[in-house]
Amino acid sequence: MADQIYRVNMSTLTFTVEEVPTAWMGLGGRGLTSTIVAAEVDPECHPLGPNNKLVFAPGLLSGTAAANSGRNSCGAKSPLTGGIKESNVGGTSAGIMAKLGVKALIIEGQPTEGKFYHLHVSKEKVEIVEAPELVGKDNYEVLDAMLEKYDKKVAVMSIGRPGEMRMLLSNISVKDPKGKLRSHGRGGMGAVMGSKGIKCITVDAESYKETTLADPEKFKEASKVFTQALKDNPISGEGLPAFGTNVLVNIINEAGGLPTRNFREGQFEFAENICGETMAENIKARGGDTTHGCHAGCVIQCSQTYNDKEGNYLTSGFEYEMIWAYGANLGIKDLDVIAKIDALMDDLGVDAIETGNTLAMAVDAGILAYGDGAKAYELIANDIAKGTFLGRILGGGVGNFAKLYGMVRVPVVKNQSIPAYDPRAIKGQGVTYATSTMGADHTAGYAVATNILNSGGHIDPLTKEGQVALARNLQIATAAVDSTGMCIFVAFPALDDPKCLPALIDMINARFGVSLTGDDVVNLGKNILKLERAFNQRAGLTSADDRLPEFMKYEALPPHNALWDFTNEEIDAFWDF
Amino acid sequence: MTITVKLFAQYREGRFKEEQRAYPEGTCAKEVVTELGIYEGRFPLGVLMLNGRHQPEEVELEEGDILSLFPKVGGG
Repeated sequence: MADQIYRVNMSTLTFTVEEVPTAWMGLGGRGLTSTIVAAEVDPECHPLGPNNKLVFAPGLLSGTAAANSGRNSCGAKSPLTGGIKESNVGGTSAGIMAKLGVKALIIEGQPTEGKFYHLHVSKEKVEIVEAPELVGKDNYEVLDAMLEKYDKKVAVMSIGRPGEMRMLLSNISVKDPKGKLRSHGRGGMGAVMGSKGIKCITVDAESYKETTLADPEKFKEASKVFTQALKDNPISGEGLPAFGTNVLVNIINEAGGLPTRNFREGQFEFAENICGETMAENIKARGGDTTHGCHAGCVIQCSQTYNDKEGNYLTSGFEYEMIWAYGANLGIKDLDVIAKIDALMDDLGVDAIETGNTLAMAVDAGILAYGDGAKAYELIANDIAKGTFLGRILGGGVGNFAKLYGMVRVPVVKNQSIPAYDPRAIKGQGVTYATSTMGADHTAGYAVATNILNSGGHIDPLTKEGQVALARNLQIATAAVDSTGMCIFVAFPALDDPKCLPALIDMINARFGVSLTGDDVVNLGKNILKLERAFNQRAGLTSADDRLPEFMKYEALPPHNALWDFTNEEIDAFWDF
Repeated sequence: MTITVKLFAQYREGRFKEEQRAYPEGTCAKEVVTELGIYEGRFPLGVLMLNGRHQPEEVELEEGDILSLFPKVGGG
């Protein structure tokens, strides 16, 4: 049976299953969530009100045997940025939704204030059950309750207390293959889910079928080439499985672009304590696992299980952004302390980047000191989780915290906080932060690859030359890749191995019986960016929002004493395509 | 002259993390990479930085320089 659109109305507590409109047929993932949000959501609506919609859509290749195709996209108008948002995640939800034939799940309306529901999605059916027993619980307790109620294979998406309180740093957590959590991290998607009165969504795996393939032989052949490209690439095949994403600490630190003590310096003197090499050594010495995939079918296995000195489980999915946010940027030099905070944040469902950056702002406000991991833990566990006055202020994220404390150094773009690469010292990445429709987002166009990692050639990170074109090309390609359900790390082989992208396109063609070319895929990426930007413009965002924080223009970043020196005209030329 | 050589990721295996090493004037980075056996190893040279700036292998070293060598790494 053809894929269908599942639509849930939380005002009337009803659902419909609809045919996929022709215009949406060739779309998946980000391309589909952004198309639906742009078509159905009033850009001027309040993101936490009844007229916003929360949309989930697996990628075009999710649910197939294609390696690394298990990313699920979540879209809405973001309460953090006020613009369109797509946030994608690994875990089990993309594969199971795709196999069930759910092209997209659209959640609209809003129930009576204060009521929370559990949605159970199965074949052509959505049960909407009030779940008072889950209110006030965090993710792992909800996950346990769902796994007890259903088959272990059920996909679970949930919010913790911060999501219920509609905090802007709350995320949506998704069960991974090992029963731990991954997140739709950015843009306050947990707040949107909370505003819909939804505590958790389960997707039934029992009745699922294999996804159909128009040309199974061609698919198999292309899939083989694609998988080999991932395995042959030194980054996706060797570096990521050995050291995880945290391998970046040292190279970004050496390049002078590791934001340290709230974006004051570009190098952290304790980088060696928190780097990927140290993490891998700890894992080897303590037990744990350096290779772990965030979704079934991952051949990169960049994630891990991290234990304490006694060999007891501390956390998993311990990523570079998290370790940077609490390590270099908040000054904590003990990896184990950061791991404990990571586990707490997984359980609560808060974005590592937005939360870590907000705590760094809290240092500037005199609430805690750099390096005080115990106080950081307590602020999250006691204030953010419980929604104390201070917790609510922190829960509003960097931009709102800065306003309330009268601060000038505010590392945000479109009110979303800047991730682990300082734009002054890695200028191509700065162009992506400035121009991305998502606010400051490293995954939207990862210019670090070419500025620092020598992937796809090299462009000097400290000069402006070529950076706008680089960020544009990467953002276009990423918007397309985000529609396939592929992990963004396929970009590494795609940048350097000419066999990789054609094989990816061949898989899409074999899955749907179409004949897309490379140009079609580029056009798809361009169209997605343009429709997202058009939504943002109708929501009131202008080119004045495509700007980096002012302080980066006059506060030089050591060691290279780099400034953000692009003119507005240079940045605005990004959109010339 | 004394050069600080820093190695990362797989390059540390069987070598070192960081060492002060003495070289004659006029030594270029490539000679250091050669001496460390990196060209014969399983992991080709990914990134070479001198004092935090990307440089070609032919770059000439000067007293007090920090030479950082990485195999291909990535994340995000």
